[in-house]
Amino acid sequence: MDRPPSPAPLTRQAPSVLHVDMDAFYAAVEQQHKPSLRGKPVVVGGVGLRGVVSTASYEARAFGVRSAVPTALARRLCPNAAYLYPRFAAYHAVSTVVMQLLRELSPLVEPVSLDEAFVDLAAMPDGAPRDIEQVRGIAEELRSRIARRTGLTASVGGGTSKLIAKVASDAQKPDGCVIVPVGGELDWLDPLPVRALWGVGPATADRLRKIGVGTVAELRVLTESDLVGLLGTAWGGMLFRLARGMDARAVEPERPTKSISAEDTYPHDLADRAAMRAAVTQLAERVVRRLRSAGHTGRTVTVKARGHDFTTVTRSETFGAPTDDERLVVEAAIRLLDDAVPAATASSTGIRLLGVGISGLADYAQGDLVAELARLERALGAAEARAQAGAGDGGAPGDGEAGTGFAEPNPAGPDGEPPPGAGAGAAAAHGESGPAVPAVTLFGPVPVDRAARRWLAGQDVRHAQRGPGWVQGAGVGRVTVRFEGPDTGPGRIGTFRADDPDLEPLDAGEVAREALRSRQSPA
Amino acid sequence: MKFRVERDVLADAVAWTARSLPARPPAPVLAGLLLRAESGQLTVSGFDYEVSARSEVSTEIEQEGTALVSGKLLAEITRSLPNRPVEITTEGSKVTLVCGTSRFTLQTMPVDDYPALPQMPGASGAIAGNTFANAVSQVAVAAGKDDTLPFLTGVRIEINGDTLRLAATDRYRLAVREILWKPERADAEAVALVPAKTLYDIAKSLTSGEWVTIALSGEDGAVGEGLIGFEAGGRRTTTRLLEGEFIKYNALFPSEYTGAAVIETAPLIEAVKRVALVAERNTPIRLNFSAGQVTLEAGSGDEAQASETMDAVFDEEDISVAFNPGYLLEGLGAIDAPFAQLSYTTSTKPAVLTGRPAVDADHDPAYRYLIMPIRLSG
Repeated sequence: MDRPPSPAPLTRQAPSVLHVDMDAFYAAVEQQHKPSLRGKPVVVGGVGLRGVVSTASYEARAFGVRSAVPTALARRLCPNAAYLYPRFAAYHAVSTVVMQLLRELSPLVEPVSLDEAFVDLAAMPDGAPRDIEQVRGIAEELRSRIARRTGLTASVGGGTSKLIAKVASDAQKPDGCVIVPVGGELDWLDPLPVRALWGVGPATADRLRKIGVGTVAELRVLTESDLVGLLGTAWGGMLFRLARGMDARAVEPERPTKSISAEDTYPHDLADRAAMRAAVTQLAERVVRRLRSAGHTGRTVTVKARGHDFTTVTRSETFGAPTDDERLVVEAAIRLLDDAVPAATASSTGIRLLGVGISGLADYAQGDLVAELARLERALGAAEARAQAGAGDGGAPGDGEAGTGFAEPNPAGPDGEPPPGAGAGAAAAHGESGPAVPAVTLFGPVPVDRAARRWLAGQDVRHAQRGPGWVQGAGVGRVTVRFEGPDTGPGRIGTFRADDPDLEPLDAGEVAREALRSRQSPA
Repeated sequence: MKFRVERDVLADAVAWTARSLPARPPAPVLAGLLLRAESGQLTVSGFDYEVSARSEVSTEIEQEGTALVSGKLLAEITRSLPNRPVEITTEGSKVTLVCGTSRFTLQTMPVDDYPALPQMPGASGAIAGNTFANAVSQVAVAAGKDDTLPFLTGVRIEINGDTLRLAATDRYRLAVREILWKPERADAEAVALVPAKTLYDIAKSLTSGEWVTIALSGEDGAVGEGLIGFEAGGRRTTTRLLEGEFIKYNALFPSEYTGAAVIETAPLIEAVKRVALVAERNTPIRLNFSAGQVTLEAGSGDEAQASETMDAVFDEEDISVAFNPGYLLEGLGAIDAPFAQLSYTTSTKPAVLTGRPAVDADHDPAYRYLIMPIRLSG
């Protein structure tokens, strides 16, 4: 792999690090796919009792709705917004196109999340930009390319380091473009609160506030030994340099995935062990699907359990060798759950959150003879089982995405979310895992028949007669669908029985890819 | 209590018994060794509620009695004594040990607090000490060290008439050894799951006598239920059995193999060790078989790589199988034969190592080491 090295920030002749940040990304994709919501407040996030906002459109932000605000509070602030479940498959499809545009610019692209990435222009194949004007030209051209291909706006910041580029992209959001000239870094940093610096969280900010430091300018008054005394050698020294705009972090493409995880916050505390086991089984299966689709295996399984009083406990177990065997991971997750739950519920009853993660990733799987034996035993009784299970309808709706809506952003980055079609995979996996534990989603058992299936606000659907649309609301056995799509004008609504056989869920990723295709081939 | 005993006899008995003492005793008395002088016999016993050990030697007893002293200290002292007769006497709450010009005074612990050692189950049969130790070491190598699933840390013992079968697995490989022994009854039948490490230590320490008696209670409610006992040359030890079912491992052995390769064991071990130098943290080693040869490969494009080709008796279709090099080496070491036969079905199904006394001799199925291959993704 001959990647051009990222030049040290202090030797850059031009502000050639770009930070590209899509504006209100999830909400913007929703507004684009749902024309009736354009120009209106849209909130994407966990819609349940304990959901938090993932993204609010700028119209909703005017009411004070921000990321990470509890959805219940957002509803009071902005009752008229559309509250939608995230459609990660759609965001992923759009993100893939944006990241591709960035890679066409320079091989050094570091995705931070689905909607955010750094690009090092010093590695451009046709030569690095020599001055700020060239950087500005490249950034503006990039913004218009993103707008053309996706119909969405991005804010771009440029500077001599990742720190400055990120500060700059934030400066004129949305639809902004700010390039900080070489030598002008401190003018931009000085007025910022210390929290704007990379790595400064509530704990560090709190310590600094106690000694009267609130802004970067005030921070720069402190000597390095002051900071080292306050925060320790490594972090103190690092912060001393960051305050001076010295950020040596290189733009690193494809940071290797260290772990893959999934977690759910439950609308009501899980109280009995059977429900917890079913939930952790579902999480483990989800994680294994993602592990496999990334071509990985893993060695360490971690389970996280958060009790009603927010006591959070993690337990992990390391296999003798890496695996991608769903059975092994599920078994380990249940063992760990049984260990973690008593600790998490020591002083209050009920579990509000469960998570399962796999780390120690590898690209090979040690065969397991306990699992092999189980396979042999299953093969023996397969004929019988097949005769009995033959009636399976496989009609479970794609619940996978909705379930992840409550998870914290996972460290796997843009590839971490379930691939399109994960819902179908879920149904298949449940079929395979046989008699273990009944599968549940956030909302109860996986519906096996139409009458029991759930429609989620924002979900893509198709009606046999009236065509594609999205679920505007559902409840008491009814579902309201607005018939419109990315390429239509605002559409009309129709209300149906929730078990209407004419109504089918659509894959959000496919809807998004179709919209991107029609944009590319001008009609 | 007062008795005289030869230094070597005492040191051996104490060292053997002290082996089973717990490193962190759950109660202070369990750090002790119980000395009992009675009817011309000195008995040294230790117990930690899991494992008990008792060693008997003949002595000149002047005054019968018992004393409980620190086992670790007594073992260290007896090991370093000069080769002279040792005289041990209790005086009040102390024990005095005199050997030549050396004199030690040890505190004793209350004998009444010491638990009674479990009773040995009735004898099931006997086997030559060395044969047993070898068989156990061949099998224990495959047992797991992680006690998440207790049955993986045990050796399964199956008694079926004159056949004694040992099996162990850590879920990645499985070793099975069959040996003939002398059962007490021709129709003897019993199964037990014994902690592998304990069994290995016991078998190794009982090779001095010619025969080892194995005692396993066949039915529920019999003396020594839940225990297995071993006895050889005045030494007896019991250990608690592990609970839980062992896997039904017979089904894992393929009924038919696609093919087999035969390779000289010692050079193969050397080659695997060399090639595995680039296989960090037991990343896979690949065995690529083609007509008359096998090529070993390890490492990846991003890091160091190694390969080595050697002769093999092989005339099937080319096949490539990957293994954890550590598991492969332990299996090759355990077959204890000049030639190794690797039988396989596909590159992801269990492969089986057996030994051959010569390249053209039949393989010896009395010991089988089954190993799960590594599947390479991408």
